[in-house]
Amino acid sequence: MPVLEGLNFTLSAGEALVLRGPNGIGKTTLLRTLAGLQAPSAGEILCDRDALAYAGHADGLKLTLTVAENLTFWAKVFGGGTIETALEAFNLGGLRDRAAGGLSAGQKRRLSLARLTVTGREIWILDEPTVSLDAASVQLFAQAIRAHLAAGGAAIMATHIDLGVEGRLLDLAPFKAKLPEIDADDGGFL
Amino acid sequence: MSALLIRDLQLAFRAGGGFGLGLAFFLIVTVMVPFSVGPNSATLSVIAPGVLWLGALLACLLSLDRLLALDWEDGTLDLLATAPLPLEGVLSIKSLAHWLTTGLPLVLAAPLLGVLLNLPTQGFLWITLSLLIGTPALSVIGTFGAALTVGLKRGGLLLSLLVMPLYVPTLIFGAEVARRGAEGMAVETPLLMLAGITLGTIALLPFASAAVLRVNLR
Repeated sequence: MPVLEGLNFTLSAGEALVLRGPNGIGKTTLLRTLAGLQAPSAGEILCDRDALAYAGHADGLKLTLTVAENLTFWAKVFGGGTIETALEAFNLGGLRDRAAGGLSAGQKRRLSLARLTVTGREIWILDEPTVSLDAASVQLFAQAIRAHLAAGGAAIMATHIDLGVEGRLLDLAPFKAKLPEIDADDGGFL
Repeated sequence: MSALLIRDLQLAFRAGGGFGLGLAFFLIVTVMVPFSVGPNSATLSVIAPGVLWLGALLACLLSLDRLLALDWEDGTLDLLATAPLPLEGVLSIKSLAHWLTTGLPLVLAAPLLGVLLNLPTQGFLWITLSLLIGTPALSVIGTFGAALTVGLKRGGLLLSLLVMPLYVPTLIFGAEVARRGAEGMAVETPLLMLAGITLGTIALLPFASAAVLRVNLR
């Protein structure tokens, strides 16, 4: 069943795009499609798959590994960057040897966002990145986004809070797919 | 790739990782058999190869639903699917990690447990060798089953039902090698069949597993 239709946008380097729209409109579906986790039912996505980094609702952390081990793993998978800048950017330096299972929900979220900076990818796809973050952590995250944009990266995110990051707003409500006409004639069953 | 293998092994050996579950089950089954069929050593030595193989297979089956389900629940699977690693490679590594933490301990424990079942002396080499050759197929087939059922609530039952028939050829030829070996007969034919099944599944099934996992991640 189509969720969104007629949607068309471009994202250039140094730009952030913020998706808005009521719950269930298809923000997550759009982001997962962009990330390549599902194929679009129509239309095409013109972008380099190897430039994308996706962060979904779930943190994707292993609770029995430490903060540093979790980050190092993703750094290695994405081609071996250093984790120090990421730890510092998200104020996780003091927690580096703590097991991820012992972190609070907000700290886990920060760790999961820190993963993005170790990927070294240009386009960040963020699904509700600020869930369970406190005001100070939201500021840390906004700083990380600004640094990423300043370095020529781009970000597309679904979020309902104002990050204070220069970005375009895209309201998805006008693109809601119309339900297919349901044939009222059920004569075949009578 | 090696980072993923090391991480999977770390996770298995840390607290709550599930290492030793299969081994403990294998131990329980083989220790209980002499109590249930009676202590007649002639009977035990006849059934020993089959019991060891069946115990190893069920022990392997027991740990399959953890293979991908944990990564699915915490969102790691989505992140791995969008990472630069090919999904086929990811699943091959997961199979390898499963074999190293479940299959290999069973192979090493089998000769010791063979003593409890009065396995004939010439059978020890063949039970170990047949399990060494056969258990990788159990892990690879199990990964395929886990990829098919990932994301289903209580998928464990369905997983067992799906995987059981696929395990039958490995069980037949593996147990046949062990039985023939224990009775001092020629083992070449079943041994080659067993090796063929293992090599075939290792070569082909990761592609099938990755294909069904892509469908399941939608």
